[in-house]
Order: sequence, then structure tokens, then C-alpha cells
Amino acid sequence: MTLTKLLATATLALGLATSAMAQDKTKVGFIYVGPIGDGGWTYEHDKGRLAVEAHFGDKVETVYQESVPEGADAERAITQMALQGADLIFTTSFGYMEPTLAVAGKFGNVKFEHATGFKTAPNLSTYSARFYEGRAVQGHIAGKMTKSNIIGYIASFPIPEVIRGINSAYIHARKVNPDVEFKIIWAYTWFDPAKEADAATALIEQGADVILQHTDSTAPQAAAEKAGNVITFGQASDMGEYAPMPRVSSIIDNWAPYYIARTQAVMDGTWESVQTWDGIGPGMVGIGEISSAVPEDIKAEALALKAALADGSYHPFTGPLKKQDGSDWLAEGEAADDGTLLGMNFYVEGITGDIPN
Amino acid sequence: MLRLEKRPQPSQVWTYLTPLLAVVITMIMGAALFAALGKDPVAAITTIFWEPLFGEFAFYYRPQLLIKGAPLVLIAIGLSLGFRAGIWNIGAEGQYIIGALTGAGVGLAFYPMESWVIFPLMVLAGAFGGWIWAMIPAVLKLRFGTNEILVSLMLVYVAEKLLAAMALGLMKNPEGMGFPGSRNLRQYDSAHNAELITGSGMHWGVVAAMIAVIFAYILLNRHILGYHIRLTGQAPRAARFAGVRPARLVLFCLGTSGALAGLAGMFEVAGPAGQVSIDFNVGYGFTAIIVAFLGRLHPVGILLAGLLMALTYIGGELAQSNLGLPAAAIQLFQGMLLFFLLAVDVLTNYRIRLSRPEVA
Repeated sequence: MTLTKLLATATLALGLATSAMAQDKTKVGFIYVGPIGDGGWTYEHDKGRLAVEAHFGDKVETVYQESVPEGADAERAITQMALQGADLIFTTSFGYMEPTLAVAGKFGNVKFEHATGFKTAPNLSTYSARFYEGRAVQGHIAGKMTKSNIIGYIASFPIPEVIRGINSAYIHARKVNPDVEFKIIWAYTWFDPAKEADAATALIEQGADVILQHTDSTAPQAAAEKAGNVITFGQASDMGEYAPMPRVSSIIDNWAPYYIARTQAVMDGTWESVQTWDGIGPGMVGIGEISSAVPEDIKAEALALKAALADGSYHPFTGPLKKQDGSDWLAEGEAADDGTLLGMNFYVEGITGDIPN
Repeated sequence: MLRLEKRPQPSQVWTYLTPLLAVVITMIMGAALFAALGKDPVAAITTIFWEPLFGEFAFYYRPQLLIKGAPLVLIAIGLSLGFRAGIWNIGAEGQYIIGALTGAGVGLAFYPMESWVIFPLMVLAGAFGGWIWAMIPAVLKLRFGTNEILVSLMLVYVAEKLLAAMALGLMKNPEGMGFPGSRNLRQYDSAHNAELITGSGMHWGVVAAMIAVIFAYILLNRHILGYHIRLTGQAPRAARFAGVRPARLVLFCLGTSGALAGLAGMFEVAGPAGQVSIDFNVGYGFTAIIVAFLGRLHPVGILLAGLLMALTYIGGELAQSNLGLPAAAIQLFQGMLLFFLLAVDVLTNYRIRLSRPEVA
């Protein structure tokens, strides 16, 4: 009799404990622009979400919505998550900036984090990665590896982030190989395997033996593999299935440490609106394994460059640098400020062609 | 052997019941699909159809139904006129984009002036943009006999390129730090298509959709032009004998549907969307084709079908974030609706006959 009673009390206590814990759960929401299986941008964000789940276990509940169009529908999707009791919401594409700002104004108690934007509020942070640091390493390897001295670049949209990447890669390719030439194709998409494959093929036909891409699918890798003797770099995720050739290295977005830290901040009540722009050092930008197709000495140089970028002893945009039109930009030893980088709308000297308008 | 035999006189009752039946079959098959994905089918179906209307947060979702449904109804009403007459405007998506561009363009041109005339001018510009874009397939059809289905569809892709060019160039926000996308019209009072009553979801686009429904109803039932449209669709030869001029009908049907699609785009860009961006269009012009047929090309039917479609969108999003259903499953579910509607339609107009294969 006493035993049953004891057990009953214990069960009751346990039940209370679990329900109390359920209420303590921090709910974290994610809005994705693509499907979680895109193998690139959204895939990496979702890996970050899973890392949050793995790190906090029962203390956290995550929800997500994929393939959310950028615009009016996004506002509803974000509102929906806030209504359903999310404490922290990550909106992971530039096009969600205005909707996130609008919803953040309505839900003062919910914390918002918008990726790659520039508008903030007391409960809205922004975060992005200094991908251009990774581009510097790519440019170095590309400049050393090319035999035709023609490097193809599949660009997505003419926005500062993409232009920054082109400039950074070009500066570092040029540094090790003064004869190098960039051919740039604007695909006007982040993810369209057919278009990306066409662009890669066109660049290869124009003599490029290195393809850099700022689009998210593996189609350019496949096109390069077919052509043979062309090297590529993984974008957003490692794309390691194409190693060691054509993929010789990659830029990997690693959102997990940031997502875990921000979730922790919400739990601790220490969350504040910040503008985070992290690079190789804090681990937001990763450089994928440099494959055996790259000679040891080049690999060592690339890793040294990576180390210098990581500890901050070297900035990819260090003078003397001129703009494409020949006007002075950075003096000897001067590093670019973040404001200029964030709004970058010009090529550096030596790149041919115009930025489409 | 199964074969289809045309029914001499399709049942009137079934003509009206088939959309409902299609919805019910979609619910059953959808439930089976969700169960196969390992989700609770009853919970999934109630989340999609019940939660937005009567759930805990219905106060937010009900107005959203109007916001999502209005452009669908507005475009579908225009399309239905042409579809009845056998004039197939498949490019409403393009007319929607151009309407948004011309409408937003007028608004942005006046920035930062504040005046009450700006919004009406934007409305006119939006309608004009959609109209002129639809005139291209209309004139080509009349002048060179081109197929309006192909031309209007191809012009969607042209419109998308124009949209991207505008978002990256001419209409780019000068204070946007070089990022694509125009100024936010919602932060510009004179151009903002705001809610007429806060929290109701009612904006001018919703009002326009309702007016369009009423006008289409009167046109089709009370006006000689509506009679000509119906006659041309049912018996083109008879129509010509009755004095219908096909060229005028082509111009009218394509023009009206284009203008309405343009209006929908303008109301969207000035209200819910707020800015011209590369991904501004989300397929309303194509979904409206489903809405038009689901609504039996009848104005009242289209109104109901538009709201139903909006419900599956909003409920579908809810099911995604609450139950973790993949986005593709929701799209599949919406596709089923059209599929079953067409399937049930076939059985309304035809009967299945079992015939023995001929013995040789």
C-alpha cells in the first residue's frame, strides 16, 4: 500500500517535472529559402539547426519551414512561428530583411536574427560570414594551378557580397600569377543546376581551366568533371563527393557555433541585438580539405594564408589597391573598412568587363 | 476493355457537386499521403483546413486568407472571361509582374512627395501595365495568327528578366547599400496599399477583387458582351452568324485579364510585398488558372475557389512548421486538387463503358 502510494507520488513528481521542463524548452525557428536537401546554402543552415538540437537536447525545440518565397509569404511564415511561441527565429536569406523587420516590430518579446542583411532593431540582429576570406584562399590556389591563365567565375547576382568575392579571388590569383585573367558569367540565380552547368561549360569552352562558383548546386562540378583537367571549388558546403578532382577545396558555411551561442544567449537572458560578421577565425567560414590534386607546396602556402586570415594578421583587402577605373582605393598597407566592403559595387583594377546594372 | 462514352446531357447537379467531391477525395488521398510520410493524417488535415479558420490564432490567419486570396480571385476572374470564349491567356504571371513594375514605378517616381493622387495614379498605371503586356499576344494573334498560349507564356519569362533588371538597376533603392530591391513602399504613406481597417486584412486589392466578381457576374449574365463570350466558347460558328466579331473579343478578353492581373500585381507590390525584388512573383498568375477552373469559370465559384486555395496555402504552411511536413508534400497535395477535379470532370461528361474486345 505504502509502496504504491510512494510510486504514485514519484510518478506524479516526475510528471510535474517533465511538464515544467517542457515549459522551459526554448523554441528556435528557422526560415529557409530553399529545400533542406539543396546540398548548399539551406542544407548548411539546417545542419546548424540540427547542431543546436544535438547540443541542447531536451532543453530546446526547433521548428523550420523550407522553400519560403522571399516577400509577402515570408512575413506570414515568420509571424506564424512567432505566434506558435518561438523564442528565437533565424531568417536565413537576404530577401527576408523587410519581412523580418516588420514582424520584429510586432513581437517585442521574440528575438530575431536575419542572415546577410543590414537592418537591425532592438530585437533583431544580423549575421553574416566573411566569405571573401575563403575566396582569398581559393584565388591563391586558382592562380597557382591554372595553366591557361583563364579562370572562370560563375556569379549569381551583382550584389556587394558577390562582387567582394570576385575581387578577393582576383587580387589573390593576380598576386601569384600576374598573367591571370577572369571570365565572369552572371547566372542570376542562387540555385539552378541547368543554368549553372551551362555557365560552367561556356567558361570551359572559353579556355578556363579553373571554375569558381558563387551558386549553390554541384552542377558546375559535374560539368568540370566531364571536361577533365578543370578544377573547381565547393561552394557553401564541402561538395566532397567531387574530390580529389575536379573539386580541390571548398568554402564551407558553418553556422552551428553561431546558432548554438545565440540560443544559449536567449536561455541565459543575455541576448542583445548585434551585427555579427565572422570569418575564418571564429569558424563561421571553413576551408574544405585541400585535395591531393594540389601540389604540396601550394597547399602549404594556402594553409599559411588561411592561418594568417584566421589570426587577423592579414586582411584580404590590403593596399596598395586601385579600382577598375584606375582611381586609388587603398594606400600602401591600408586595410579596407567594413562599410566599404559591405556596400562594394566596383571591381578592382585588372578585372575586365562591367558589373551588370 | 474500358472506354469513355460522352454523356448526351451531363447532370446539372453533378456539375456543381464535382468541385466539392474533388476536395473530399483530395482530403482522403492527402491523408493517405501524410500517413505514408509518418505523420498523423487527421492532425495534418485539420491543421490545413481547420486551424487557419477556427484555431487558436485564427484572428491572424483569417485576414491572411483575404490577402492571399485577393490576387488569385482578381486574376482568375479576368482569365475566366477568356477561357469561356476559348481565348487562352496563360501568361497572367507576366502581366502581374509588369503591373507591379508600372504601378511601383509611378509610386517611386514621386518619392518622397506626399499626395493623395499618387495611389490612384499607381492603380491606373498597374492596370495599364498588365493591359499592354496582354496586348502583345492579342495583337500578334490578330495580325499574324500566332498562338496566344505560347506568346503569353513566353512573355512571362521576359517579364521576369525585366523584373530582375529593375530590382538590380533602375528601381534599386539608392539607400539599399547596393543590394537589389526597391524602396519599401509600405514605408511611403502615399503609395502604401495599407489595410483599410487594421487587422482585417482588407486592402484595396481585396475590394477590387470583390468589385471584379460583381462586374463579371453582371457582364456574363446581363450583358450582350457576356452573351457573346459564352456563345463563342460554346459554338464559335454560331457566334459568327450571330454577329460576334472575334477580333474584338480577343482584344477584350486578353485586355481585361491583363489589366486585372496588372492590378493584382500593383496591389501586391504596394501592400503585402512592399517592394520590387527579384523574387517578387510567386506564381499567382499560374495558380489563378487552377482557381478559375476549380470555380467552374463562374464568378462566385472563383471567389470560393480562391479562398479555398488560399486556405490550402496558409494551412499548408502551418502544417509545415507545426508538423514538420516537407514543402513538397504540400505542393503535391495542392496538385492533387486539380488532378481530382479534372478526373471527376471526365466522369461528369463521360461514362465508362465496358466493351468486350472484338473476336477475330
